[in-house]
Amino acid sequence: MSLLGGEADAPMQETLEGFFKALRANDVKVTPAEAIDAHAAAELAGYTDRALFRDALAATLAKSAAEVDRFESVFDTYFRRSAFDAFEAPEPIPEEAMASDLAQLLLGGDSNAIAQAMEAAAQAANVQSIRLPTQRPRFARRMLEEMGVEALDRLIGELRGQGETQGALADRLAERRKALAAETSDFVQRQHELYAKDAGRRLRDEALAQKQLTAVDDKDMAAMQSLVRRLAKKLADRYSRRRRRARRGALDVRRTLRKSMGYGGIPFDIVWKTQKIDKPKLVVLVDVSKSVAAAAQFLLMFCYSLNEVVDRLDSFAFSGRLVPVGDIMDAEQVDGAIVEVLKRIGFQQSDYGRAFKDFAEGHMDVLDRHTTVIILGDGRNNYGEAHVEVLKAMQERARAIVWLNPEPEAYWGVGDSEMDRYSRFCHVAKSCNTLKGLERIIEDVLRKYLPH
Amino acid sequence: MIEALAGVGYIASRRIATALYMAAHLQKPVLVEGVAGVGKTELALCTSAMLGLPLIRMQCYEGLDESKALYEWKYGKQLLYTQLLKDRMSLALAGAETMDEAMDQLHGMGDFFYSEPFLEPRPLLKAMRQEGGCVLLIDEIDKSDEAFEAFLLEVLSAYQVSIPEIGSVKAATPPIVFLTSNNVRDLGDALKRRCLHLHIPLPDAKLEQKIVATRVPGIEGRLNAQLVAFVQALREMDLRKAPSISETVDWARALILMHAEALGPDLVRDTLNVILKFEADIDAIEPKVGEILSRPAQPVLA
Repeated sequence: MSLLGGEADAPMQETLEGFFKALRANDVKVTPAEAIDAHAAAELAGYTDRALFRDALAATLAKSAAEVDRFESVFDTYFRRSAFDAFEAPEPIPEEAMASDLAQLLLGGDSNAIAQAMEAAAQAANVQSIRLPTQRPRFARRMLEEMGVEALDRLIGELRGQGETQGALADRLAERRKALAAETSDFVQRQHELYAKDAGRRLRDEALAQKQLTAVDDKDMAAMQSLVRRLAKKLADRYSRRRRRARRGALDVRRTLRKSMGYGGIPFDIVWKTQKIDKPKLVVLVDVSKSVAAAAQFLLMFCYSLNEVVDRLDSFAFSGRLVPVGDIMDAEQVDGAIVEVLKRIGFQQSDYGRAFKDFAEGHMDVLDRHTTVIILGDGRNNYGEAHVEVLKAMQERARAIVWLNPEPEAYWGVGDSEMDRYSRFCHVAKSCNTLKGLERIIEDVLRKYLPH
Repeated sequence: MIEALAGVGYIASRRIATALYMAAHLQKPVLVEGVAGVGKTELALCTSAMLGLPLIRMQCYEGLDESKALYEWKYGKQLLYTQLLKDRMSLALAGAETMDEAMDQLHGMGDFFYSEPFLEPRPLLKAMRQEGGCVLLIDEIDKSDEAFEAFLLEVLSAYQVSIPEIGSVKAATPPIVFLTSNNVRDLGDALKRRCLHLHIPLPDAKLEQKIVATRVPGIEGRLNAQLVAFVQALREMDLRKAPSISETVDWARALILMHAEALGPDLVRDTLNVILKFEADIDAIEPKVGEILSRPAQPVLA
C-alpha cells in the first residue's frame, strides 16, 4: 500500500490479500500489479457500498467475461454476511460469564467481533491450507479450540450445577455455542470452496492428462472431453492466425517504386518483402478399428475438437475402408459425432493398405505443399497388403506426414504391425498414448512443420 | 455518473459507471469487451460528449503500424521545401570554399526538416498533445497485430510516445482511453493487465426498454415493451447472430418510420431483416414469429 502513498488500514489490506488468494485458487489470475490497482480502486470506491466495492474490484481484477463470473461467485462467498446478526441486541453480561472470553463474546451479540474472532482463529488454525473435503471437521474443531471453546464448555458445566438463573444462562450459552459450531463449520466449508475446490479438479485433470488413453474409465469421460477441448483450443489459438513476417533485407522493388510515385519518383518509402505465414492446414486420418478401439474415442474426440477450432481441417476415419467424416463432425455434437462415425465404419478389421488406397483414389487432391497430415493409428494391418507406395506418394505431395501411434515403440513391427515400413515415409512417427503426449507432439508438429 | 451519461443518451448499468469512474481516477485505460452492437464504441462517444472533451478515434485493422497510428513525416512537404530552398541553399553555401566548410555550414542550420512543422500527427500523438485531455478510442484492438499491441503498451502505461528525432512527448493531461474488442483473438496478458476490464453483456428487458426509449424518443411504451420482449425472446434461441442493442434500436426506428403502433406477425416478418443478419436465421425464425408474439409480454415500463 505504501507504494501508493495512501493510508490503508491493515485489516482491510489483509482481507483483500485473502480475497486475491481465493481468486487465484478459483482460476482468476491476480498479478501483483493488479493487486495494487485493486487496492487503489477499493480505496477510491470505499467499503460502505457493497455493489460499488464489488464493481470496482471486478474492473481491476477480472479480465474476461468468464473471469467476471468466477469473480462474482468468489466475491459472494468471501464477503458473506455473518449469521450472528440474527441474535438479539446486546444485553448486560452476567458476572458468571466473565470466566470465559468466548462466553462474553457470544453474549455480547456483536457479530463483527465474533466474525473477527473467527478470522483470527482461522488464521491460527491455518484453515487456508485446507485441500480435501474430508479435512473439514478437523479444521472446524481446531478453530473452535482456538476460540476457547474448552473454557466455555467448562463454564457451562459449572453453571448447570448452580441453580436456576445460572442454569438458564447455561442454556443460553449452550444454544449459542451450537450456533457458533454451525457457523464455524460453514466457515470452513466456505474456505474449502474458496481455496481448494479447484485444486481437486486440477489434480484430476493432471492425472487424466497423463493416463493411458486405453485405460480411461467411462466415469471420466466428461472430464476428459472438456480437457480435450481445452487442449485443442489452446493449440488452435496459438496457430490459427495468419501472420506476416518481414524478410529482412529483401527489397520489394515493385511496391517501393509504386510508393515512390507520390514523392516524385524518389523512393522515400522503402518496402521490404514480407512472407505470409499461412494458417495450418491439416488432414487428419483416424484409425477406428478394433485394435485401437479403446483409444479411438479419444482420437476422434481430439479430431472433433480440432475440427471446431481449426478452419482448414479435413478429417477422415478408417478401419476397413476410409470415409471423410468432416460433415458428421460439423453437423453433430461431440458425442453424437463419435457414435455416428463409429457406427458407420468403426470396429472392423483395420486395413491400412485399403484405407490408403481409398484416400489416394478419392481425396489425394486435398493434399498440397501447405498441408500437414496427421495419422492416428497403430499401423496393424492384419497381414494385408501395406500399399506403402501410397504413403510415399502422400509424403511427396504434403508438407509433412506425422504418425502418432498409441502403441509403445517396442511393439512396432512386431506381429502384423507395419509401422516400421510406414514410418520410413513419415516426417515424424511417435508413440503417444496419453493426452499430454498428444498435446505435446501436436504442438511440436505445428511448430516445426508450419513456418512461422 | 449514470445520470450524466443518461443526459447524453447513454443508459449505463452501475458496473459501466463504476468502471468509467475508476478509469478517470486511476488514470487507466478501459478495455471494453462484448458482442458486436452492444454499445462499446457508443460508450466512448458518449463519455466524450459528457465530459465535453474531444474524441480521437483510431480504428485498428490488420497491418496497422506505428506510422499510421502515431506519427509520420510529411515527406511530400519535405521534398517540396528542399526543391524550393535549393537556390537559397546554394546561395548560403556559396561562401564555402571547400566541401568540409559547406558541410559545417549545413550542420549549423539544424535539422529543421525533422522538426514539428514536418510532423504529421496521427491519432495517438494527437491524443498525447491534446491540451486539457481528450477521450481516445482505440477501436477493435483485437483486429490489430500482436506487434502493434506490444507497441501500445508504452503509450498506455506511461502516456508518452517517443519520436527519435525530437524526443519523447508526454501527455500533459492523460487522455481517457477506451479499447474495444470483439474477441476475434485473445489479447495478450500484458495489455490486459494494464487495463481495467469492462464486459458489457446484453441488457435485460428493463434496461433495454430504457435504452430504446432514450434513443428513439417517439416510441410508445407499449410498442417498446413488445419489441424488447420479442428481441429478448430471439436471444434465447439458437441463432448465428443474436440481435444486440443496436439492432433493437434500429428496429424501433424502422417501426416508427412505418408508423406502426403494435407488433403484428406480418409487420414483424416484413421487418425481420433489420434485426437478423443471416439468411439462415431469418428462415429459422419466420415460421415462429406468431408463436413468439403470442407469449405474454413484459409489463410496460412507466
